[in-house]
Amino acid sequence: MAEKYDLQEVEVWDGNYAAAHALRQAQVDVVAAYPITPSTPIVENYGLFVANGYVDGEFVMVESEHAAMSGCVGAAAAGGRVATATSSQGFALMAEVLYQASGMRLPIVLTVVNRALASPLNVRGDHSDMYLGRDSGWIQLDAFNAQEAYDMTLCAFKIGEDASVRLPVMVHQDGFITSHTAQNTNPLQDEEAYAFVGEYQTYQEMLDFSKPVTYGAQTEEDWHFEHKAKQHKALMDSRAIIDDVFEAFEKKTGREYKRVESYMMEDAEVAIVALGATVETCRLAAQQLRAEEGIKVGVVAPRCFRPFPFDKVREALSDVKTVCCMDRSSPGGAMGALFNEVSAALYSTKNRPLVTNYIYGLGGRDFSVEEAKRIMREQKAHADAGYITTAIQQFSGLRGPKLGFFETNRR
Amino acid sequence: MVEIRWHSRAGQGAVTGAKGLGDVVSTTGKQVQAFALYGSAKRGAAMRAYNRIDDEQIINHEKFMRPDYVLVIDPALAYTDDITANDKSTTKYIITSHKAKDELISEIPTLQDKSDRVFVVDCIDISLKTIGRAIPNSPMLGAFVKISGMFELDYFLDRMKKVLSKFPQKIIDSNMDAITTAYNEVK
Repeated sequence: MAEKYDLQEVEVWDGNYAAAHALRQAQVDVVAAYPITPSTPIVENYGLFVANGYVDGEFVMVESEHAAMSGCVGAAAAGGRVATATSSQGFALMAEVLYQASGMRLPIVLTVVNRALASPLNVRGDHSDMYLGRDSGWIQLDAFNAQEAYDMTLCAFKIGEDASVRLPVMVHQDGFITSHTAQNTNPLQDEEAYAFVGEYQTYQEMLDFSKPVTYGAQTEEDWHFEHKAKQHKALMDSRAIIDDVFEAFEKKTGREYKRVESYMMEDAEVAIVALGATVETCRLAAQQLRAEEGIKVGVVAPRCFRPFPFDKVREALSDVKTVCCMDRSSPGGAMGALFNEVSAALYSTKNRPLVTNYIYGLGGRDFSVEEAKRIMREQKAHADAGYITTAIQQFSGLRGPKLGFFETNRR
Repeated sequence: MVEIRWHSRAGQGAVTGAKGLGDVVSTTGKQVQAFALYGSAKRGAAMRAYNRIDDEQIINHEKFMRPDYVLVIDPALAYTDDITANDKSTTKYIITSHKAKDELISEIPTLQDKSDRVFVVDCIDISLKTIGRAIPNSPMLGAFVKISGMFELDYFLDRMKKVLSKFPQKIIDSNMDAITTAYNEVK
């Protein structure tokens, strides 16, 4: 029996430590991991918890992230609760097995501390790895601070393991900004947290020899399509379960989460859409701009990046004049992913606001409150003019000549 | 909002100090943030750690800060690092040094118009004598408690004991000694 960990009502935890405690409290059966900056402390602290008797499960050190996720797939197929952590290059090396895990419908929890992808090599936070996972068939939840990294990790088990979902779940937090910043955190006591997550419910486990099953079978044009369509439907249908789990979590803790978070949107004319810790920076900028200049700015943030909350994004942004989508990943010859997806959602609304795109913060470039305010003022100018007055895609915080692409045809 | 910037070398315990301060502050019902900017994170490299303290949840994640307190826990950094960067007319400086305050200020031009806001304590010597190693973070916390007036010493010591509760008693005692000595000696 695992030892109970002595926790205060308020702990000062960084995002990594918060995630490690959530994994401990969920009493994971197998963690197979290969540590990488900036998620190393999740694995390190989890290993310490195991060594000190706070976890009954197995901690498997492996030789690469490909092996880490492969170990997780094996253990999950065998019938255990399974989790691991990674970032950046490690995430990239896992990519092949991420698709295996989701295709086999294994509810593994992966805590991802977002970091840039090389080259050039960079250990700081951006969303390149999170975006790399967006077609992998995993549910992707996004935490904006350490408390949320803890909360979302607990919710992840409950969502992924639900009998009608059975899909793997990633919980994202921003490298360093969240993972290495300690803030007041309110953890649940061990027994409360475990009661919320619940006993692991096995489903077609390979170690049940009385009912032999196959995982990872080959299907060609005869069945592959049906499997993938079913998987996609499970992801789409998981929206209702995610809502339910968030509601149950609110009942337990008083902390309310939605698939799309909205701040100061009641009367907003201008909206910023962002992910990660930037959401909080934008909230602060919007508060200041409202008080200082009377600009009606709001902030909208997908808490759930996959399944993409097409429905809730439309609801949140239906009444604004302009929307600016902030993408913290190099778009590689396209518009940013958040811009593309939000624009697609808004295209089928009556109002169809003006939508612009900023690429920002790559490789951990600081995103300041002042810069957020400048961007918000610029959106207000678009709203007043009635058309996009700048390039549609711009770069924020970039040194050297100003960079921008595409002009509006709607003026 | 109270903002604190630590100037340190990697390995001297600024991050642990900032987090320890955060732990104690959180017990007073206030919100706290503790983070660091690492260079290439080699032991001995100059680095900075930061605290923010407020009544409301802290949602500012900027690295930029106008500090209310600057805590320098490596003596040489007072000379080589830009310790007055982005300061205010009220910023208080607590610097670890074996030198007397007047002598130290006379050697650092940027501090010369701030002598009423500069405080000196020899955290290295105190930590060597109490803890037995050059870990200047604990003594700096004692000096900060005195200069900021944010806590009574006894309250701070009591809370710090809880923060350190997983360590052996000898380590807890020597840290309490270090904090108390610096509290009494900072000038």
